Amino acid sequence: MNAHTPLFEVRDLRVAFGRNGVFSEAVRGVSLHVDHGEVLGIVGESGSGKSVGMLAALGLQPEGAKVTGSVRFKGQELIGLPRRSLRELRGSRIAMIFQDPLSSLNPVMTVGDQIAEAVRLHNPDFSRKAALDRARDLLALVTIPQPDRRLRQYPHEFSGGMRQRVMIAMAVANDPDLLIADEPTTALDVTVQAQIMDVLADLQSRLKLGLILITHDLGVLAGHADRVAVVYAGQVVEQAVVDDLFARPGHPYTRGLIASIPDMTRESERLFSIDGTPPALGRLPPGCAFNPRCHMAQDICRREAPPASLESGHIVSCHFAFTGLESVA
Amino acid sequence: MTRYILRRLIAMPFLVLGIVTLAFLLTTVTKGDPLTAIVSDRQMNNPEVVAAAKAKWGLDRSLPERYAIYVGNLFQGDMGTSFITRRPVAQDVLHRLPATMELVIAAMIVGATIGISLGVLAAYFHNTAIDHASRLFALFGSSVPVFWLGLALLYVFSVQWGVLPGPGRLDARAVAPPTVTGFMTIDTLLAGEFRLFLDAVWHLILPAFVLGWAVAGTISRLVRANMLEILSREFILTARAKGAGEFRVVVGHALRNTMVPTLTVIGYSFAYLLTGAVLTETIFSWPGMGSYAVDAARGLDFPAIIGVTIVGGVVFLLTNLLTDIAYVVANPRVRLG
Repeated sequence: MNAHTPLFEVRDLRVAFGRNGVFSEAVRGVSLHVDHGEVLGIVGESGSGKSVGMLAALGLQPEGAKVTGSVRFKGQELIGLPRRSLRELRGSRIAMIFQDPLSSLNPVMTVGDQIAEAVRLHNPDFSRKAALDRARDLLALVTIPQPDRRLRQYPHEFSGGMRQRVMIAMAVANDPDLLIADEPTTALDVTVQAQIMDVLADLQSRLKLGLILITHDLGVLAGHADRVAVVYAGQVVEQAVVDDLFARPGHPYTRGLIASIPDMTRESERLFSIDGTPPALGRLPPGCAFNPRCHMAQDICRREAPPASLESGHIVSCHFAFTGLESVA
Repeated sequence: MTRYILRRLIAMPFLVLGIVTLAFLLTTVTKGDPLTAIVSDRQMNNPEVVAAAKAKWGLDRSLPERYAIYVGNLFQGDMGTSFITRRPVAQDVLHRLPATMELVIAAMIVGATIGISLGVLAAYFHNTAIDHASRLFALFGSSVPVFWLGLALLYVFSVQWGVLPGPGRLDARAVAPPTVTGFMTIDTLLAGEFRLFLDAVWHLILPAFVLGWAVAGTISRLVRANMLEILSREFILTARAKGAGEFRVVVGHALRNTMVPTLTVIGYSFAYLLTGAVLTETIFSWPGMGSYAVDAARGLDFPAIIGVTIVGGVVFLLTNLLTDIAYVVANPRVRLG
């Protein structure tokens, strides 16, 4: 593998859902990549297609969804790969954790058995005992106290934060190269969110994980991501190195997201919010998908989809990319 | 958990007493006169014979007296004497109970196996031909009466095609092994008669299927509905993301989560199976409690009727207890206290 092959590369990924023969795209040509040991943040509102896209990349799309485009992992194409080969990658080389740790764990299996299962699925020669030993070590790795006792407990005996740690332990059970974390802290209390992010960040640097951090909270990415892709209505509208994105947000949507991060240093002030709601599946406005909510929208925005403009590694899809930046900054 | 089971066990004697009382009282409100079963028609006009019969069977006593005597005897394992067989009812019933239990348990296994498999397949392939076929199967099993189904299947499989044996527990020419448990399948094995064992199993298939079909239908519908719900849960996605294969996802993760309600339904279907056994046994000449009960009812054999009712009730109570224990064991969230 040469240095130019990214760990994970998505090109023009499209996911469409059909109803009565009419297909509507939830993911409309997403391209992005993650390198070894890199943290890519994907940010967007709920329903923007960020989770569906990542699931589809691993062959976990909902029934009846049509997936096209290219997804390469270490140079190997995943779209169209036989189910068995995909399965061998999932949970071993590529792992995922989900938003709600309450519903992500099987309620009638002990936590130990669930982690041990992840181990044994990819190491069939492991005995049950050996897998449970590994599970105990993994619980210790994600700093769960008394792992021996915890191993024999059921998910309902764990708090939300502890359950998410279990999910993380399960995900890194086979030392993956890539971890996709889908809103890992959204369902948790604010105080616990920071702990989980710390656990994730710690493991990421220790295990040299490529990490895709999906979130709707741009604030979460500020301290943790290397690069950020902003997704709106199934498309990446802006992609940049994290500091650059915060310093020079090129897309009006990104600026809106940044403005809506609560700022502790400012006195009580109404939180900024972007007017309107994202378009429903299959009800895209003509032109730029963001135009009905954009304060900068002109006639051209309602007519033509914006081209992507590239400026020193900073990609923006907007007719008026970077314009009016001075007034925001 | 032990406290929960203990509580249930303590309640058992009271429930049994309730069954005894009800069974006893029910016979007193029926129209039929038990004397007609004891005394021949011609002797009914002879007051001396009638009085003697009444005195012999205790029918001259008042109701509370008879009840007290009955309960007292019951404590010593005495359920009275059958008017028809002239043998102790307890002996009759115990002699016939294993045959019924064997049939009911076989029907339960058939019903649960077919029901769970069909339910899982129907849910996994929902809205396909498999799903529709399983719906039809369930509907047919629940709506066709046991006596018709029994006769129809006997005619087709035994008479017409000859692939399955006719009525009875063993081939007519076979010599039954000595009775140890009363379960033909177990007794033949205990006697070391493997060919007889196969014959016993062979004879069980059709009646067990006839009796179990409706249960299979009910269970398949329940399992399908639960599976559909469970399969859409997030932990199923987690299992797939771990790299688990579809079989493991469906059976190891999803089905395991539907076991709690399924176990409950299987347990409670026991009452239906006991009732259904009456008709099935009659059709398949099965020497169990069901055919005994039919004879007893026909002959106004009150001691036998009460005896069958009590034993059936107690068996039902026990299975309910087992069901509740299984429920607690299968569900970690209630495995407390």
